Amino acid sequence: MFGLDKKDSTLLLIVAVLTMFAPFILNPFPEGSALAQFNAGYPDLMQRFVIFGIFAIGFNILFGLTGYLSFGHAAFLGVGSYAAVWMFKLLSMNVIPAIFLAIVVSGLFALLIGFISLRRSGIYFSILTLAFAQMMFALAYSVLTPITNGETGLQLTLNDPRVLGQSATADGSIPVTSLFGMEMRQTFQLDMGAWLFQFNVGYYFSAVIMLIAFFIAIRIFRSPFGMMLRAVKSNQQRVNYTGLNARPYTLAAFVISGMYAGLAGGLLASMDPLAGAERMQWTASGEVVLMTILGGAGTLIGPVLGAGFIKYFENIFSKINDNVLHEWFAFLPDGLENFVVFVMHPFIGKGWNLTLGILFMLVVIFLPGGLVEGGQRIAKLFRKGKAKDSAKPTTKPAE
Amino acid sequence: MSKTNMTRRGVLKTGAVAGAGVALPTIFTASSAAAYMNEPTGGSVTLGFNVPQTGPYADEGADELRAYELAVEHLNGGGDGGMMNTFSSKALKGNGILGKKVEYVSGDTQTKSDAARASAKSMIEKDGAIMITGGSSSGVAIAVQGLCQEAGVIFMAGLTHSNDTTGKDKKANGFRHFFNAYMSGAALAPVLAARYGKDRKAYHLTADYTWGWTQEESIKAATEALGWTTVNTVKTPLSQTDFSSYITPVLQTDADVLILNHYGGNMVNSLTNAVQFGLREKQVNGKNFEIVVPLFSRLMARGAGENIKGILGSTNWHWSLQDEGSKAFVKSFGTKYGFPPSQAAHTVYCQTLLYADAAERAGTFNPCGIGEALEGFEFDGLGNGKTLYRADDHQCFKDVLVVKGKENPTSEFDILEVVEVTPVEQVTYAPDHPMFAGGNLGTCNPG
Repeated sequence: MFGLDKKDSTLLLIVAVLTMFAPFILNPFPEGSALAQFNAGYPDLMQRFVIFGIFAIGFNILFGLTGYLSFGHAAFLGVGSYAAVWMFKLLSMNVIPAIFLAIVVSGLFALLIGFISLRRSGIYFSILTLAFAQMMFALAYSVLTPITNGETGLQLTLNDPRVLGQSATADGSIPVTSLFGMEMRQTFQLDMGAWLFQFNVGYYFSAVIMLIAFFIAIRIFRSPFGMMLRAVKSNQQRVNYTGLNARPYTLAAFVISGMYAGLAGGLLASMDPLAGAERMQWTASGEVVLMTILGGAGTLIGPVLGAGFIKYFENIFSKINDNVLHEWFAFLPDGLENFVVFVMHPFIGKGWNLTLGILFMLVVIFLPGGLVEGGQRIAKLFRKGKAKDSAKPTTKPAE
Repeated sequence: MSKTNMTRRGVLKTGAVAGAGVALPTIFTASSAAAYMNEPTGGSVTLGFNVPQTGPYADEGADELRAYELAVEHLNGGGDGGMMNTFSSKALKGNGILGKKVEYVSGDTQTKSDAARASAKSMIEKDGAIMITGGSSSGVAIAVQGLCQEAGVIFMAGLTHSNDTTGKDKKANGFRHFFNAYMSGAALAPVLAARYGKDRKAYHLTADYTWGWTQEESIKAATEALGWTTVNTVKTPLSQTDFSSYITPVLQTDADVLILNHYGGNMVNSLTNAVQFGLREKQVNGKNFEIVVPLFSRLMARGAGENIKGILGSTNWHWSLQDEGSKAFVKSFGTKYGFPPSQAAHTVYCQTLLYADAAERAGTFNPCGIGEALEGFEFDGLGNGKTLYRADDHQCFKDVLVVKGKENPTSEFDILEVVEVTPVEQVTYAPDHPMFAGGNLGTCNPG
């Protein structure tokens, strides 16, 4: 299918099915039940899953294939967001030009930063990219305030020109982002008994783009170009000795992954028209590294899983407070209830970072290949069991 | 054994038909049934408390969350009722809001606009919150206010002191009880002139973000109007922790007052540095060198310790106030948590009560109805004396406290003393004042 072999087609299909049915899959618990806290099937978080999935897929093209660890990728995400919001302010609320500009501008930035940073490799490259990202963060935060609106973040106002659109809607509010009239925030709700499923236009738009991005990533992974990048990763010196100049290849990979980040930034701004400088901070750059490693660097699906995992923790665990815990453990005797809540308190709410950190350590120590390796191990167990099952009938004596 | 004829196709068909049957009655009505965003249909109503639980303002956030929990308890008829008993409007009966039990969800803003918006969005989309409140930074408050306007829910701003929140970034769905930078300047300047004289030369260090800018602008304008001159204004990054390199240049100038437009951790560090450099013992132009911190809070005064003694600033509210409302609030907060509340706790408690009261008076949770009930609403008994929620910009107008670091504190909470209560007339400004110009409320959005 689309020039993919059978295995990759299956993978793409699985991802497609998962993203299309995400509103169901992520909302397994009925409304109002105690476990509804763990439902993740609401538009904002689903959008974040796929958008940060795109970000991580792009990062993986650089890190997973060439082994170049960029510590400043969030800069491109931020640049993409700013470009997109400016497009909303100046041109129109249609997301297509905004995303297009986001990709182009972040690609240009990636070209410049990559051209300079790729003169070094290893830790020096990481530090250079980190330095550039921090520089851009500082610029966005204060020096370039007229363009970025500093710490408050760039927002839409009623006075924006919006040449091809309207400055304000008839009822005096700021128009919303849309795709040729289809509003991104529009949500179709489906009540099914105790369950409530939300189908959001913005989510499906992002999901389709993520599938395209995923498909392109597969093609890059399987192409001769991808092979060259792997050669750079396994031994760059040897590549050089064979008379090949590796830099154009690495630069191309850097720019492609920068454009992926810009696309993610543009999408973020399309879902929620605001661009803040924190998006470019080093913690945001570190986050995408975590996502990729957590999911499995160098694998196709890993970064997407990692992105989902981290965003889930950030958004779901941080919202569990002591009150919720008391509700869960209300069946226990009072003293014991308070004790359990006391023990769990540091790991929830404001302690979500702690829980995530512990899980990250566990994954890195016991599953060096990330979540993908975990999945493979489970699959192996399953296959073993299956093999036994299929072996059984043959050993069974005939009656 | 009986045999049921279950084929894969058969099960799928039955499932699909049954699913469609269940979905059919609501499939067409679901999106159109609600009159406004997140209309509460059951026996309870959900409020969203969006406060910083991590990051530089985590202390304020924690105190805000305590006050919110207290407010919810009081609204549901628990505790001693706190300021509900002293509040001039008697619409609240202690049976929730409009007879619905008040429930809440909390989230972490991380003092970042992005995270704050994500958290607020999940409260609106997932938990069905009808109102979002909180924030300990103006940048975050403005970002979340914008989001609430788009989403069609009410935003009751927490601790946000920038002029822009109800100035150029004001929104029809957003309301602020806290005072602002202009009011700080207007209240503080006369006291400064009376104590330090009218021919002073001021040097400003300013946190480089929306609040710092408007704070600097306000205090500069207010002091210059009284005859002071401004030697220099220097912006410092919000993430700065060591201000030595910013203090040294002050010594080279002939400035005799240092104004620190800093808040939270920034202020603690810059004040400590300034004291370490001996600025307070310094004599310039034959006058004592003075330091001023325009926005004070008890939590950061505690962080600054000894250095805060004798330093002037302004604050929205202080627990030592002796009116009935303040006493009732301090008592019920103290009973529950064992220490007095901060100004952040006070303002968010008031905001929650004001929202609940507006809903009661409007008879609906519709943001437009609540907006109407709050606009031009005059009330008393919430600790600040007579207060007006002005309709033009959704800003509360009330007396402002000028405070001073206490020379002889009796406890770790008794750090500030009230020097003067500036009457509301002195801090009132026209809605089209240049420092607040450029914004537009727009129209209320019910989602």
